[in-house]
Amino acid sequence: MKENNPFSLQGKVAVVTGAAAGIGKACAQRMAYSGASVLLSDIDVAACQRLAAELNEQGFDARAIQQDVVLEEDWQALVAELKQWHNRWDILVNNAGIYIGGRLEDNSVEQLTRIHEVNVQSVFLGLRYAAETMQPSGCFGRGGSVINLSSIAGLIGVPGHSIYGATKGSVRSISKHSAVEFARFGYGIRVNSLHPGLIDTAMAEQVYDDFVDVGLTQSREEASAVLEQQMIPMGRLGTAEDIANAALFLASDASAYISGAELTVDGGFTAA
Amino acid sequence: MSIHCKDKVVLITGAAKGIGAAACHALAAAGAKLAVSDIDQDAGRELCEALRAEGADAEFFPLDVCDEQQWQHCMETVVASFGQLDGVVNNAGIAVICGPEDESLEGWRRTQTINSDAVFLGSRAAIQTMKARGGSIVNVSSIEGIVGDPMLPAYNASKGAVRALTKSLALYCADRDYGIRVNSLHPGYVETPLVSGALAKLSEDDANAFATRVVASIPMGRMARAEEIAQGIVFLLSDAASYMTGSELVMDGGYTAR
Repeated sequence: MKENNPFSLQGKVAVVTGAAAGIGKACAQRMAYSGASVLLSDIDVAACQRLAAELNEQGFDARAIQQDVVLEEDWQALVAELKQWHNRWDILVNNAGIYIGGRLEDNSVEQLTRIHEVNVQSVFLGLRYAAETMQPSGCFGRGGSVINLSSIAGLIGVPGHSIYGATKGSVRSISKHSAVEFARFGYGIRVNSLHPGLIDTAMAEQVYDDFVDVGLTQSREEASAVLEQQMIPMGRLGTAEDIANAALFLASDASAYISGAELTVDGGFTAA
Repeated sequence: MSIHCKDKVVLITGAAKGIGAAACHALAAAGAKLAVSDIDQDAGRELCEALRAEGADAEFFPLDVCDEQQWQHCMETVVASFGQLDGVVNNAGIAVICGPEDESLEGWRRTQTINSDAVFLGSRAAIQTMKARGGSIVNVSSIEGIVGDPMLPAYNASKGAVRALTKSLALYCADRDYGIRVNSLHPGYVETPLVSGALAKLSEDDANAFATRVVASIPMGRMARAEEIAQGIVFLLSDAASYMTGSELVMDGGYTAR
């Protein structure tokens, strides 16, 4: 049997934003376990440093960086860090994001602006710096794979999710456009969007609260029951590891012919 | 720690060549045990020998995917041989390039029978066989089940049927807690006998025009290799995809993104 494993990330350098917790943390761990050197980015640098130390102790290569993904100068600093670390960059997981819920008539322009800044501007900046540095004439020049965390809320409608869904629809769209553009211009950079359903992270707790706030259910328990039993065919929330496995597939050479695609990992939510 | 299919028993239809054969090699490398099936017995047995030479556990099961009785017999013999079944890849299919005005009802029906009816038969048999312990079904559709091609009306319809059928099966299995995931795979244009065979039936000029039009429309600027598509099958069969059901995995070099 062949020895080389197409799902391995051996030798590759990955950046995961929002790596302090939840899906980002799981992606960072999964990629480190699969052989990548992982740069952990988050506003909460202390949590990233703890995770990096943990991974280092287990014999994996990881390092932490403080980054506000909204800020251009922080992306420049991240590129500088990558140059100095392994002088290589292959994988970007644009994961950092926030959730703001509420009935649409109760959402403010400030909320709309803020959620687009964190969820869309960050992805745009990540793509821009990846494009600039990973393309053949860029400073890293090896091509690469960008995985943008969208959501099933970028595909379908859910009460209380209008402005969040708008940002995730944006992420879906910019992924397709940049994928086609980078392919046509021979950058060797693949771009795909990943669409988790409801995942067992802190954000799921926010969604339960929001179901109560917008008046969909009386209690968080009822919200949880409605979501799991009526809206998710598999009858359970996904785990951060489920999403990390999909991100690993999209990061690895096993997905070499996948670009501009949407990978939905939702326990059947959007199939119904 | 990696994505693998260690000790899973997987039945693949249309396994003798193209994506099916590549999937067999990739699954063997990922640790699966292979029930190799095809209507072409010589080619199927030859592939099995090659797989065993690679160190894989592989057996050949002759199967005409359109024959209801053969499905039942095939499932019984696979389970008798391996003791279990964990995955089924409904891969067998045909492609005929023929515009709607020239297509005969007979030709239309042949494409639906092999590409769509057989996926129903295979999925039904897979659910009946795997429902006690769970498993994964991968139905090989195509990007032509998502978008249209002016010269592939029958193929488009048959692959669209597979895409929709897959979602229904995914929900059915989830509702009944069978632990069976069902997903569709949508390859773009792949360098396989299916594509070259379809082109060979055209005049040289028409074939060149078709191939040029296709490659020019793929953002990555090339067709896929069957080995690349095979890794998507490995992923969907593996436990790494355990929260995926009713999903579409598109592997098309950006074709449907544009």
